[in-house]
Amino acid sequence: MASYETHEYDVLIIGAGGAGLRAAIEAATGDLKVGLVCKSLLGKAHTVMAEGGVAAALANVDERDSWRVHFADTMRGGQYLSNARMAELHAQESPDRVRELEAWGALFDRTQEGGILQRNFGGHQYPRLAHVGDRTGLEMIRALQDHGIHQGIEVHMENTIVSLLKTGDRVSGAFGYEREKGRFKIFSAKSVVLATGGVGKAYKITSNSWEYTGDGHSLAYHAGAELIDMEFVQFHPTGMVWPPSVRGILVTEGVRGEGGTLTNSEGKRFMFDDIPELYVNQTADSPEEGWRYTQGDRDARRPPELLTRDHVARCIVREVQEGRGSPHGGVFLDIAWIKEKIPNAPEHIRRKLPSMYHQFKELADIDITQEPMEVGPTTHYIMGGIRVDADSQMTAVPGLFAAGECAAGLHGANRLGGNSLSDLLVFGKRAGEYAAQFAMENAAVPLDETQLDEIAAHTLKPFENPVDDGSGEQMGPYDVQAQLQEKMQELVGIARSQESLTQALEEIQNLRDKSANVHAIGNREYNAGWHTALDLDCLLTVSEAIALAALERRASIGAHSRDDHPEKEESGAGKYNTVIKKTDDGTMEIRRHPIDELQANLQEIIDEMG
Amino acid sequence: MAKATFKIWRGNADGAQFVDYDTEVSEGMVVLDAVHRIQAEQANDMAVRWNCKAGKCGSCSAEVNGQPKLMCMTRLNDLPLDEPVTVEPMRAFPLIKDLVTDVSWNFKVKEKMKPFTPRPPDAEDGTWRMEQEDIDHVQEFRKCIECFLCQDVCHVLREHDLHDEFIGPRFFVYAASLEMHPIDTENRLEELKDSDGIGYCNITKCCTKVCPEHITITDNAIIPLKERVVDEFYDPIKKLFRVFSR
Repeated sequence: MASYETHEYDVLIIGAGGAGLRAAIEAATGDLKVGLVCKSLLGKAHTVMAEGGVAAALANVDERDSWRVHFADTMRGGQYLSNARMAELHAQESPDRVRELEAWGALFDRTQEGGILQRNFGGHQYPRLAHVGDRTGLEMIRALQDHGIHQGIEVHMENTIVSLLKTGDRVSGAFGYEREKGRFKIFSAKSVVLATGGVGKAYKITSNSWEYTGDGHSLAYHAGAELIDMEFVQFHPTGMVWPPSVRGILVTEGVRGEGGTLTNSEGKRFMFDDIPELYVNQTADSPEEGWRYTQGDRDARRPPELLTRDHVARCIVREVQEGRGSPHGGVFLDIAWIKEKIPNAPEHIRRKLPSMYHQFKELADIDITQEPMEVGPTTHYIMGGIRVDADSQMTAVPGLFAAGECAAGLHGANRLGGNSLSDLLVFGKRAGEYAAQFAMENAAVPLDETQLDEIAAHTLKPFENPVDDGSGEQMGPYDVQAQLQEKMQELVGIARSQESLTQALEEIQNLRDKSANVHAIGNREYNAGWHTALDLDCLLTVSEAIALAALERRASIGAHSRDDHPEKEESGAGKYNTVIKKTDDGTMEIRRHPIDELQANLQEIIDEMG
Repeated sequence: MAKATFKIWRGNADGAQFVDYDTEVSEGMVVLDAVHRIQAEQANDMAVRWNCKAGKCGSCSAEVNGQPKLMCMTRLNDLPLDEPVTVEPMRAFPLIKDLVTDVSWNFKVKEKMKPFTPRPPDAEDGTWRMEQEDIDHVQEFRKCIECFLCQDVCHVLREHDLHDEFIGPRFFVYAASLEMHPIDTENRLEELKDSDGIGYCNITKCCTKVCPEHITITDNAIIPLKERVVDEFYDPIKKLFRVFSR
């Protein structure tokens, strides 16, 4: 066996966005030795991109808010496919998690009374999102980072994990490489927390960066954990569409929260045309009522622009497909119009939405205080992910935990904006706490060293593959990635059908064959081509899982739309989660798991909230 | 589609040089797009840091035509494309490979600074009361995305290499965000004067000019901190008071 640089921890955290950092801080509160591994530099993870705010029923702006309303809003937004226990814990604990950030130095915008200010967001009944202008994610990750660096956590930046290590049934560590020299590193740990974020790089148009290749989903799946509800991929309704090089970059829902309207090429506010039954009672009758809502009128109902993301995205696609789109294939998002309503509107917009102002000014030559933006859906988030225990966040693999976007359960068929930042705080803390507890209650298991050389050889294979295998069909790592993204966008996007999904599964298999032969040029030092080749394994695994789950759910609900099954529920099927697991022969298996009836006390809350 | 030439710094600590790449450019492209296209089509193994591609994470710092910039926010139509565009790594930090430098020094500096230490909560629920106008300044400092372009351009670090005696503009902004935080109780003035080397800054404002977040680093962070240091340690009355209180 070759020798490897080895690091020993009680708890190993993989991923250093909000969930990973929060887990690491929690795990490090005792005397445990905690390691944190991340693909980028510390503080650069995708949490930094979150704009609008963090949802927590602090009731600072509207005293009618409470965890019960937040719970009901989350369940309704998720089309009642969420794990109710997770939704309950999340709604109950997020206020404390937000207040705690303030104790660590975060500075949220303030109310007149000096408390934390909260804003309106889609699907939330009351102003609930604690925020800092439109850079809430940056504030959060910096508060966690600046607190975390003083907790004795060992950080391994720019390290990528390629495989989890198991000893018997238990997780015992992870195998990775550092980018700088390409050297391998072995991490042994009594417990491991996955906090690797999402899968957006499986799609062509996405708000996600290169990192979001489904690593945690794939690592967990190959280690024997289950993935649930992978068909639910959130297409955020408002991404930039022009110029082409910025297509997919996020435009915060906060624009609509501040009064921004969606209009088509005929100048019509098309969102008023289609209001889902579940939300009829909560939606404004007129533009005037909608405007009053955005300005804090407690008796007004929300404008239809603030309906859930799945619905808004579909309405935009409909407008474009029916020929009423904007010049570059989107629709118009207009905040400049509020100058009709308030004095000093340009200054107000720049103060409330500073990074949106700069983003459009610098990347698109658009002054959003004067003219409308062009927007369209962009792959943003995956509701599905690793199946975990609601309280402890442990997966089916003993000692393996997951939190944040890579874990699943809270958001059901559709996530409400703002519920992701609170998700990663609440469940990041819980994962860290229970992973620490597991590490205290269970002795270390020795690494099974027989697997190491095999993983190392697999990781180096792209260098060993011939430059030209003589087939005439060999592809490079970037070509495989680009083709996968094209196919997922086209066949597993907002509109899906049995035909498109079956074809997608064939294409994915074909690309998997190609990926086995990709060649990496150069050496192991900070080699982007090699890294891209290695990420393909994860991307293909999550792509297959998404397509397979989308094929299994023969209905259109939340973020998942089947052209061939427009009804919300398959008759007689009841409510269920799709569950994916790796079989002993290495193939991907899917089944349905029925969702239990709600506990009486939770059902009462939902009934009460209408 | 038009073509443009990019001279990109390739190599590692053992040796590096500019390598020319021709690539196609289209409307709205930024420098990072061109670098990515070259990476995907001609130089798979080229090293470049990036994440958000929207000016929010501060990963893709580099020197474009000699100017410290975020590559994701530098549009090609703002550059003269009839001549080659040079893209180099930040020069104030050791080269790892191609456009990637070793910025670990920055993380070590921050770790050594005294952390945020709040006063006891104002309210029973463990929270504090703060006026928006009291936090506006601090919120400006907290916009920092840690791209380290201000560190790159600061002559104290770049030319004089005083990394052991001077923490650089980024961390004066960080110190200011803590010192001016309405509920922080720590005092960092002695460190600012001694180990942090704030006296080395001769307020040429190079840092302010390159900040992609438009933080007025020199005027709003460094000068007020310098004034506090002066008040604390060089004020004659205070000095006298210190002598007698010994």
